Formats: sequence, C-alpha cells, structure tokens
Amino acid sequence: MASRAKRRKHARIYRANSYFRTGANVMTAFFSAGAYLVFGIMSLFMIATATSAGFAIHGVIILIACILAALTTLGRVKPTERDGWVVPEKTDGGYYDGVIKAGVIATVFWGIAGLLVGVVIAAQLAWPVLNLGLEWTSFGRLRPLHTSAVIFAFGGNALIATSFWVVQRTCRTQLFAPGLSWFVFWGYQLFIVLAATGYLLGITQSKEYAEPEWYVDLWLTIVWVAYFLVYVGTIVKRREPHIYVANWFYLAFIITIAMLHIVNNLAVPAGFGPKSYIVWSGVQDALTQWWYGHNAVGFFLTAGFLGMMYYFVPKQAGKPVYSYRLSIVHFWSLIFLYIWAGPHHLHFTALPDWAQTLGMVFSVMLWMPSWGGMINGLMTLDGAWDKIRTDPIIRMFVAALAFYGMATFEGPVMSIRSVNGLSHYTDWTIGHVHSGALGWNGMITFACVYFLTPRLFGAERMYSLRMINWHFWLAMGGIVLYAASMWVAGIMQGLMWREFNAEGYLVYSFAEVVAAMHPYYIIRWLGGVLYLVGALLMAWNVWMTAKGRLRDEAPLDAGQPYNPSADRPLEPRPAGALAQPAE
Amino acid sequence: MDYQQLRTFADSWGLLSMVLFLVGVVGWTFRPGSRKAQDDARMIPFRDDEAEQ
Repeated sequence: MASRAKRRKHARIYRANSYFRTGANVMTAFFSAGAYLVFGIMSLFMIATATSAGFAIHGVIILIACILAALTTLGRVKPTERDGWVVPEKTDGGYYDGVIKAGVIATVFWGIAGLLVGVVIAAQLAWPVLNLGLEWTSFGRLRPLHTSAVIFAFGGNALIATSFWVVQRTCRTQLFAPGLSWFVFWGYQLFIVLAATGYLLGITQSKEYAEPEWYVDLWLTIVWVAYFLVYVGTIVKRREPHIYVANWFYLAFIITIAMLHIVNNLAVPAGFGPKSYIVWSGVQDALTQWWYGHNAVGFFLTAGFLGMMYYFVPKQAGKPVYSYRLSIVHFWSLIFLYIWAGPHHLHFTALPDWAQTLGMVFSVMLWMPSWGGMINGLMTLDGAWDKIRTDPIIRMFVAALAFYGMATFEGPVMSIRSVNGLSHYTDWTIGHVHSGALGWNGMITFACVYFLTPRLFGAERMYSLRMINWHFWLAMGGIVLYAASMWVAGIMQGLMWREFNAEGYLVYSFAEVVAAMHPYYIIRWLGGVLYLVGALLMAWNVWMTAKGRLRDEAPLDAGQPYNPSADRPLEPRPAGALAQPAE
Repeated sequence: MDYQQLRTFADSWGLLSMVLFLVGVVGWTFRPGSRKAQDDARMIPFRDDEAEQ
C-alpha cells in the first residue's frame, strides 16, 4: 500500500498535468477561433470585391460557417471554480463515436439528396421540358451536383465515418484529437455545400469529378490534411501491434486522394474571383485529368470501400476474413496496378498510342487483384452461407461484392481499345459506372449504415429488419432496370453511330439515335426511382432506430413452421386394405 | 532533365525498382512462419468484443 505522502504527491502531479492539459485546450480553442476570424475577414473581402453573384453568395456561406464555428469553439470554454477556464474533455475514455454518429446521419442525408438529383436528371433526359428553361436547373449544372453528391457527399461521409470506427476498433485505442475530427466532419460538409451551390451558380472548372474552383479546392486540402492527421495519429497511438489490413486500404485512400487532388487542381486564379486556369494544357491536361479521374474511382470508390469490406463483412458474418495473406497480396497489387489505368479514358485521342496501350494493359491486369479481393470477401462466408438467406445485411454485403466483381470484369473489357471504340461516349459507360456505384458502393454503404446505427444509438437492432429486406429488393430491382436499360441503349447507340450504308454515308443522324434511346431513358428513370424509394426506407429505419424504437414485426425468416400434429406416423392400416387394388 | 531522359529512366530503372518492390512485398507474405502472424492478424476485428466483456 502506497504511503499517504506518496499518494498526495501523485495527486498533485495529476492536478498539475490536468491543469496543463485543460490550459492547452483553452489555448487551442482561442487559436481556432482566431483562425475562423481570419477566414471570416477573408470572406468579407470575397463579398466586398465580388464581381459575380456566385462569388458573393459563397462569401456569405463561408462567413456564416466561420461565425458558427467560432461561437461553437468559444462556447466550449467553461468557467470552473477550481481550475478557472477549461474546455471539458470530449471523451469518457471509451471509443470516440460522436463524430461517427454525425457521419452516419450525414451519409443518409446526402445519399437521399444525391439520389433525388439523379432521379431528376434522369427524368430531364427522358423529358427535356423538365430543364424548366432556367440556367440553374439545366442538366449541365445538375449533373455534377448529382455525381459530387453521391460520390463525395454520400460516399465521402460514409468513408470518413467508417474509417474513424474501424481505425479505433482495430487499433484498440481512442481516436486521436477528437476536436480535430469534428473539424474534419464540419469542414467536409462546408466543402460539399460550397461545391454544390457553386455548380448551380455556374462556378466550375469543368474537370469531371473535380469541378470545384480553386478556393474550394484549397479548403478541401486543409480539411484533408486534418483528416490525415486524425487517422495517422490514431494508428500511431495504437495498442494493437499489427495494423489491420482495413487500415492499409483506408490510408492508401487518404494519401492517394490528397496526391490526386493537389496535382489535378494546380490552377492559377484569374484575379480574386471564381475563375482559374489550370497549369497543364492540351493532352497533358487530359492525361492528368484522367489519371485523377480513374484513380478517384480506384482509391476513393474502391480502396476506401475495400477498407469497409475487410472490417464490416467479417464482423457481420462473425467470421474472420477468408485469407489474410490474400488480403495483403490484394492490397499491394491493387495499389501498384490501379495508378496506371487512367489512359484508357483517352483511347483514339491525341494521347500517344503507347500511353493508350499502357492504360489498357494495366486495366486488364487489374482484373486479377480485383477478383482476388472479391473472392476473399465472398469466401469469408465459407461455412456460413445460410446467413445470406437469414440476414438481410449480409445479403447486402454479398450483393455489393458480386457487383464489385461484375464491374471489375466489365471495366477491363471496356478498356480494350477495340471494345472502347464501340462503348466510349455511349450510355454503356453510364450503365457500367452505375452497376459499380449503385451495386458496390451503394450496397456496401447501406449495409455499413445498418451495422453502425444500432451500435451508435445503443439499440438492440435496427427498428425493422423487414424494411432492410424491402430496401435490398427495391435497390436490386432498381439496379437491374438501370444497368440493363443502359447496356441495351449504349450498345444500340454505339452500333447506330457507326452504321454505314453502301455509299459510305452514315445511316443515322444524331437525333435519330437520341429518339431510339427514349424508351430506355424512361426505364432507367424508373430504376432510379426504385433505388431512391429503397434509400428512403433506410432513412425512416435509421430515424426510428435513433429514436429508440423497435418495430413489432414477425421474425424475418424462422424457416418452415413446425406442425406437431403432422409430425407422426399414419394410423395403422385397416385389416384387408392390402387386398384392395390401387385406383 | 528533358522528356527523353525522364521516360528512358521510367521504362528502365523506374519500372525495374517498382516490379522488384511489388515482388518483394508479395513474396514477403509467403515467408516461412508468416502463417502464424497472419492467423493472429485476421482475428483483430473480433478483439474489441472480448475487451467489452
């Protein structure tokens, strides 16, 4: 037993340390509020000097965000009798899940928003009158709103939330710098709002999937560095000696996206306004753009989501990943091959032939690690295949992996130059992208939302498992309608474009091809509606779970009901029955 | 360094070093005794459940 003097000494040291810690937190709070003040003054400059309405509106959005951030930060500094001004600790010593809860809600919210805009623009393609004749609601401005909302807002929030969950659990330590993780969350939401409003207002640098202008890009860079610090900081203070493979995929996603984002957005602003010029020109710009664009698919929509797969599929199945060795081979071969595949977006362009061939060859090789990963995920269910029938969340994971496999087979096929000659610029590409995005990214994200929501809100299970089942089938029906109609429309479109008659003239005009695709556009819109309805069921399900409700419903699948009265032998035969002939 | 030098380096020493690195890290997972470490690592996601009990 320690002596009383020793204990008093320890208590004094503890008080001194905690005073230092809280004092540092107060300093950090004031420093952060000062930084927000600087940004606020810059936004006033934006408003004052703006020559376009869009730039002024962005200035107002940034100003409001700065005021809210500064007030929230300073509001956390509380007076106490013993220690003076302190910032109370955010955590109770357990895993830090507050920001993950917010991330799951944001994922659901942006998912609905992004899918809704997708349904609207699908309807615009089928019925052009829905463009409304207004610049803000035209297809050209709504289309990047849809892609950015589903990829960066829905997918990005899902990646940030799940990565914070996974890194804490697999490192068995608390999140590094919880305050900074909130900055990452809200900073990322500000990036989304600025990007989305910018598209509607006509602020774009016209690079696909990299449309935001220079000042929004700079803001995302700051947020991404903070994300990197929180993630790596947590890995550094890990209590588990080995870094689990899911973290390798998440880390590859964070680092590579930083590299892609910075290089592809190297631009010189044309004065203090919403217009910049990219430093690359001509085919160099095209190659840089598709090096970015394809690796956004490879590292945002693939590597990051594989991080989810390697943690959540084993957790939901209750079985460890099929082969850990395969997961490491999968990681390194995917990383090494993906980065070279971008040039397949530029077949038959001014890009040198050798570069086109390089992109094609690496894309075809990429099939192998992709299927290695798919097999690794699917075979995790080895010995537990019955869960596909009984557990709708596992069924979503399995569907996601199946679509991952299909999309990563179709992609290499489409990257072959001769196939690309038919498929490029047609709706086949749109079908391919959506079988990957709706099937792989959407399904695995929904499954993760269903995994996380009860755990985050302290519920025993989701509000309704039957609703998950409905969500699954609505989503599957939507994907089938979407992908099938776009495959047919795309191949038809490609064939009609290249149809020559005996005199060597093109047979169809462009407008005739558009008219031929009209029915498929309506089918695609219906597919989108089904997928959106499924996501609305999820939103309702998450909302009710968060409110602590459990739906009173029959179990999803209890197997065949047992009937004890039927479970007995027939009555003994009456005498003489054998003698009767059969009818 | 002009374009020609850069691409000559890229398709010789650059390519070779990357291939060797990839072969190295993939080969490393097959080293003797790796199975024990891997069997241990694949159970990591399930350890936080044990701690809660």
